Amino acid sequence: MNVIKVENLGKRYRVGELEAGGLLRDQIASLLTNPGSLLRRKPRETFWALRDVSFEVKEGEVLGLIGRNGAGKSTLLKLLSRITAPTVGHAEIHGRVGSLLEVGTGFHPELSGRENVFLNGAILGMSRREIARKFDEIVAFAEVERFIDTPVKRYSSGMYVRLAFAVAAHLETEVLFVDEVLSVGDVSFQKKCLGKMGDISRQGRTVVLVSHQMTSIRTLCNRGLWVEAGTIRMDSSAHETVSAYEAAMARGSRNAENGSRNGISHTRFLSWEIASPAPADACTLDHLDPVTIRVNVYVEGMMPKAAHGIALYNHEQQLIWARRLEKVDLTPGEHSFYHAFPMLPLRPGLYTWLVTLYDKDMKPVDSWYCEPEMIVATENHQAAHDEWTGLLNIPSRLDLKLDKINLARVYTSAEEKLHTPQ
Amino acid sequence: MSATSATATPNAPVAAQLPVLRIAPPSRWWVLPFGELWAYRELLYFLVWRDIKVRYKQTAIGAAWAVLQPLLTMAVFWLFLGKLAKLPSNGLPYPVFYFSGLVPWTYFAYSLNYATNTVVSNQFLLTKVYFPRLVLPFSAVLSGLVDFAIGFVLLIFILLGYHIVPGISVLWLPALLFLAICTALGVGLWLSALNALYRDVRYVIQFVVQFWMFASPVMYPSTLVSERYPRLAWLYGLNPMAGVIDGFRWALTGRGQAPGLLLLVSALMVAVVLIGGLMFFRRMEGTMADMV
Repeated sequence: MNVIKVENLGKRYRVGELEAGGLLRDQIASLLTNPGSLLRRKPRETFWALRDVSFEVKEGEVLGLIGRNGAGKSTLLKLLSRITAPTVGHAEIHGRVGSLLEVGTGFHPELSGRENVFLNGAILGMSRREIARKFDEIVAFAEVERFIDTPVKRYSSGMYVRLAFAVAAHLETEVLFVDEVLSVGDVSFQKKCLGKMGDISRQGRTVVLVSHQMTSIRTLCNRGLWVEAGTIRMDSSAHETVSAYEAAMARGSRNAENGSRNGISHTRFLSWEIASPAPADACTLDHLDPVTIRVNVYVEGMMPKAAHGIALYNHEQQLIWARRLEKVDLTPGEHSFYHAFPMLPLRPGLYTWLVTLYDKDMKPVDSWYCEPEMIVATENHQAAHDEWTGLLNIPSRLDLKLDKINLARVYTSAEEKLHTPQ
Repeated sequence: MSATSATATPNAPVAAQLPVLRIAPPSRWWVLPFGELWAYRELLYFLVWRDIKVRYKQTAIGAAWAVLQPLLTMAVFWLFLGKLAKLPSNGLPYPVFYFSGLVPWTYFAYSLNYATNTVVSNQFLLTKVYFPRLVLPFSAVLSGLVDFAIGFVLLIFILLGYHIVPGISVLWLPALLFLAICTALGVGLWLSALNALYRDVRYVIQFVVQFWMFASPVMYPSTLVSERYPRLAWLYGLNPMAGVIDGFRWALTGRGQAPGLLLLVSALMVAVVLIGGLMFFRRMEGTMADMV
């Protein structure tokens, strides 16, 4: 059944109203100097932060909102959390709502951790009894047992966000809105947060999540909504939406950087593409079958015993793989290097190929970070509840063969111990 | 809050027991959300508790400040207004006269100032969490009551020290206190919503409170006005705080102006301001998070 139903939601802001409120004395002064201005309403410039947004969320769905900064994702969450009222349209939510738009809302630096847990819990909508019941759980999750009675202003920033997130993570509402708060704390805590979010979705609660980390969206969400310039650009499975979004982002940078490899004047790499099997988009890889990458190069003069290197980097500039071919004889003209792989089991995301060319004395001739980036949009072969740990997406299989003989021996020796008098 | 099972299965029927929220452009601001305020009463408690705790943790003198401030003011009044200027005091000893006026006045001035600024100073809460925004001015006027209670206890000691024993008229005190609370709340609602719109309202209010103190019988008895300007006495009596402070003194000591018709009129005025304030605040509520 539909837990969230949004129809034609829109939010309009008046440009200029977003600054801090004006001054009363200015209003009074302008009233005195120009009395007519009160009657004449200045038409203020307006802009629609959200317009014509309609969608539905079923019970238990985890919906990911993605989009560029300023697209309207946070505004949508604010509207659904009743923090600000919509200009047009309406929405209906079945169930209690918990909003996590920021960690540590209401935390006061002078109060101790214990007092802040109660305060923050009350602000988020939990009753005193509920907070007291879950207090030990919350403190254990945040790992701040020793310091729970010190004023929060003495906490390190890590402790602060851990405690804040711990309170919010123990909300028991049926619907949860989360706005980019999963990237707090160090790596081990982030893992904990992701794990907790996974638990929440497994409990059948409905979650709407805004994040810029595509990995989180892919792991946690089963549905994705791409918001652009205040409207919904795409509403589909999380996987498809994220891939489409990444493709558009890559294309964007591609358009920006075009033309750097044109003109025929000296030896250099020209372009690259996925040669076979020929995909719909020459730079998107969406399968785990054998694939061939083709790199085109223009060579000006004779290049005997040249060397060609190729390396693969992921989005965090980590080197995944590299190899170099040596003693390649190149004649002038346009050539293609075909790199064939039986499989590229990479974690979905954006990757960059680096191709290099050296002459016979190992002097670099050209080195190019291939534009556009390669988008890997394969199906997830890890189990649904695993996080995206590691760099690879290997379709593996596990067979378990028990050693039956030794197992029997273990049992009988235990029985013997029982029967023989000691 | 009703308990919910953490292990709710996805297939459990959900429609029957769950609240349905409807989000729409703001309308019907004349409907006052008392049901919602009651549902959020625990948040109200926590906000008041937070204010009090923080105030007392921060000042080195702590709880003593609640009494030091009116006591020192009383001492200054005693010296300059009583001994030096020899203003009348309804026959009461100066400390009794001034302190019995200062206790309710300090509560009112503090609450009004605090309520005016509450929406803006809580902007980080407002923009991140939902709660009925009315909780903020309500918590503002309630948190001053603790200081009031401490000051009141001291007032009783001072009275007993001067061998003045309050009579049955003390029964008027809760009603007078209620009037003071409503005045602070009523005006505070208007001002806090306006403060979100125009940030310099909080500076205007400081001046207004100062002026209001002079217009109230804190430093002088109201009989001074009614004797000198009998025609304008009714105007003076419309000030609800005049009725409250006069009434306080009269209820505790039996001297001075007893509550009369003017008090009733000012109470009605306060009711109008309060209801108007609630509606105005509600009207601005929806877009407060955008303004603040």
